Amino acid sequence: MIVAKRKPFDEIKQILEPYSKVLTVGCGTCVSVCLAGGEKEAAVLNTELEMARRLDGHPIELETRTVERQCDREYLAELDDIVNDYDALISLACGVGIQFLAERYPEKPVLPGVDTTGLAVNQSVGNYEERCRSCGRCVLAMTGGICPVTMCAKGLYNGPCGGTNLGSCEINPDQPCAWHRIHERLAAQGRLDLIHEITEAVDWCDQVPRMTIQPGYEKKSEDKSE
Amino acid sequence: MDYPLNVKIIRVPCTGKVDVVHLLRAIQKGADGVYCVGCLEGACHYNEGNLRCRERVEHVRQMMEEIGLEAERVRMYNLSSGEGPTFAAYANEMTENVKALGPNPLKKKKNS
Repeated sequence: MIVAKRKPFDEIKQILEPYSKVLTVGCGTCVSVCLAGGEKEAAVLNTELEMARRLDGHPIELETRTVERQCDREYLAELDDIVNDYDALISLACGVGIQFLAERYPEKPVLPGVDTTGLAVNQSVGNYEERCRSCGRCVLAMTGGICPVTMCAKGLYNGPCGGTNLGSCEINPDQPCAWHRIHERLAAQGRLDLIHEITEAVDWCDQVPRMTIQPGYEKKSEDKSE
Repeated sequence: MDYPLNVKIIRVPCTGKVDVVHLLRAIQKGADGVYCVGCLEGACHYNEGNLRCRERVEHVRQMMEEIGLEAERVRMYNLSSGEGPTFAAYANEMTENVKALGPNPLKKKKNS
């Protein structure tokens, strides 16, 4: 899932310095699951901020609303009637949600309360490890299920570089060499022949925001924005 | 086996039930100190609740420093449910601890 980490308290406090009445908008999906920006975390943040600002002699009025997701307009719509009551909004959603919120209320300062840190697996409570960089061209079929973009420090598509060192990457002995692991995984499955196939590198330049339109959902008539 | 009158007890089935926001709210609402008293480590009645509480108390202590308040206002103690005199001793200890720190600085400011 998308994983984020709440920004350091001092940074959030500084970001909110100019505002006296703020709505903390939590998100009930990814950031709730990764314990960064759900209803509970929003309440904790508000409590911390209220106390710190009161101690500074510069009180702040804080309220909170947590919506199901901030990446779907239907859930953001729930905030339409209340947004004008506040000087600013601070969103604990992932970068996607924060931007959608900001886009919906372009005249209202919308501030980030978290740093979005990637697409990750859950290793244990509160402990997440990145596995995918959403390159948009999955090669896991040929690498035995190990992503070379994410797991290789250089993102190589065609086997290890000269820096592979007894199973570790040259940058750090604790960093496994992804291509060593890929070799082991494919060998164990009897699919080592796949390693001979040359994969064309992805052209990473001009990375404009990607549109994903599912087959069967292309709008043939005039586009109706909600 | 007396303990000070200023200690207000809130009973929970296990200290694992105590959440970060509960501890923060106590301070926010004007408590001079807040502490959790749980089973001895390794002997939690519900296995690991007291360990969760310990982690949360540590987290709250860190947050107190970030806010600008003294971490020592928030503590955790462990004892077995049969240890009455120890409970009183900890209550006294915490009270002395908090008295030394002085009243909650938030009380001087407008209370929310």
